[in-house]
Amino acid sequence: MTLTLQVDPIACTGHGMCADLLPELIELDEWGYPILADSVPPDLAAHARRAVNACPALALRLVRTQNQLVTRHQLATRRRPPAR
Amino acid sequence: MSHAHLDDGYSHDDYAGYRHPRHGQSSHGQSSRGRRRAGTAPRLTLDWQHADRAATLREHSRRFGPLPGPDGGKRDLLEEVAAARLTGRGGAGFPTATKMRAVAGRRGAAVVVANGMESEPASEKDQALLARAPHLVLDGISVAAEAVGAAEAHLCLPRTRGWLVDCVLAAVQERQRAGLDRIPVTVHELPHHYVSSEETSLVHWLNGGEAKPTTTPPRPFERGVGKRPTLIDNVETLAHLALIARFGAAWFREAGTREASGTMLTTVTGAVSRPGVYEVEAGTGVGDVLALAGLQVDAEAVLVGGYFGTWHDIASVAGLPFTAAGLRPIGAGPGAGVLFALPAGACGLAEAARVMRYLASQGAQQCGPCIFGLPAIADDLAQLAAGRPEGDPLSRMQRRFPVITGRGACHHPDGAVRMAASALRTFGADAHAHARRRPCLSAQRGRQQTSALPVPRPFAEGDWR
Repeated sequence: MTLTLQVDPIACTGHGMCADLLPELIELDEWGYPILADSVPPDLAAHARRAVNACPALALRLVRTQNQLVTRHQLATRRRPPAR
Repeated sequence: MSHAHLDDGYSHDDYAGYRHPRHGQSSHGQSSRGRRRAGTAPRLTLDWQHADRAATLREHSRRFGPLPGPDGGKRDLLEEVAAARLTGRGGAGFPTATKMRAVAGRRGAAVVVANGMESEPASEKDQALLARAPHLVLDGISVAAEAVGAAEAHLCLPRTRGWLVDCVLAAVQERQRAGLDRIPVTVHELPHHYVSSEETSLVHWLNGGEAKPTTTPPRPFERGVGKRPTLIDNVETLAHLALIARFGAAWFREAGTREASGTMLTTVTGAVSRPGVYEVEAGTGVGDVLALAGLQVDAEAVLVGGYFGTWHDIASVAGLPFTAAGLRPIGAGPGAGVLFALPAGACGLAEAARVMRYLASQGAQQCGPCIFGLPAIADDLAQLAAGRPEGDPLSRMQRRFPVITGRGACHHPDGAVRMAASALRTFGADAHAHARRRPCLSAQRGRQQTSALPVPRPFAEGDWR
């Protein structure tokens, strides 16, 4: 299991609190909206939770996602979108 | 070679090779290594060239034969659609059977929504289809509703096209009088913004909200209209469904290629002598589709896939099939089947700038990257097109493109950025000249001229309900 930060882009109003509290994983674009890192390393989980709780718009979430084991074969073929 | 063409109402070719699909014979173009030659027996557009109005129910029945009854069985149609490899014709190209199974597999009565919004300004095929063959779409709604176990069905049309609403309502009433549909179809008129045709927008509006996209999940197939599992299909997709229900998967796949089956409606405009809607076999080459509409010899660039599409040199795309698989290698897609050939005298950057300004104004004003990012790109592109750059708009755009992409609730910003980025690639030499304050002649003239592309006037703020 991996922890991942997610933002609800409709709810987010660009307060920027999250980037203040978690600059390691969140930076702001030129208009003040957050750009999130892919996953949250375990040693930053507590900080991430604090950032989530501080969001005035309740737009930031911390979710658990399945660990994705990436094989070398998948890496090599990843460029092609999966056949639907 | 035969095709149906909307605007001038007559066939340019001999129509004799065609046999009615009911008779199990149909002519189709020769295949050459997975690429179809232009021209196919008309299916959706059958007899269009003789019609200047919607087909009545009687004409429709004579043309296509009766619709098989619901006793055809729920599983049968789903299997036929899967075997037919029908994909959505609204732009995303998702496999229709997968979508239908997802809805049918959920608990409780489902809802079917037909999407006739067609907010893509360069597309005319959905209104053409609804105006000529409304019963084909209504048949499709009917069989889809039976197949997924729906208790209600809705057809969403843009409020800006009152004439089309009247035409479809007349067809719905005709069917009611004939006692045709077990599940009644309700016709709705929605605000006509670019993002209002997004499927979550339809669900939100039908649930009493504004016609704006919502955050997913839940996707509509999980929880849509009235919190019920909801199947949303483009009207052309439903029309194909109506024919698959009649003639089967094997018949459907007589047209098209392995990767892309059946026929598709395309809208070809711009530097062509016969702009309009054409039905072609899936897999027809981009150049062949352009040729059907009479591409002008001096045209050099084409917008493939509509306002969310990409600009290309005609020479580089003409040989590729006009399908998702065929265009993927060059980062393009057919979208809703749209091709716009840039007239030789027009400036591609100026056209792209106008489209970008329109798209920036057409967002739902919900997500920051879209609210601020798209107008910023539109400004950059406008400065460049006018040859009056402030700072370095080229590198500013290259920095902003990846920042904006993928950060909205819907894909509106992604599509707009893709279009802008492709304009800089395709008109690269122009872009550098414009950036050095040397705009092309057509861009200088263009300030007085109207746009070559049909860019609608943006709507007033606030009309979302």
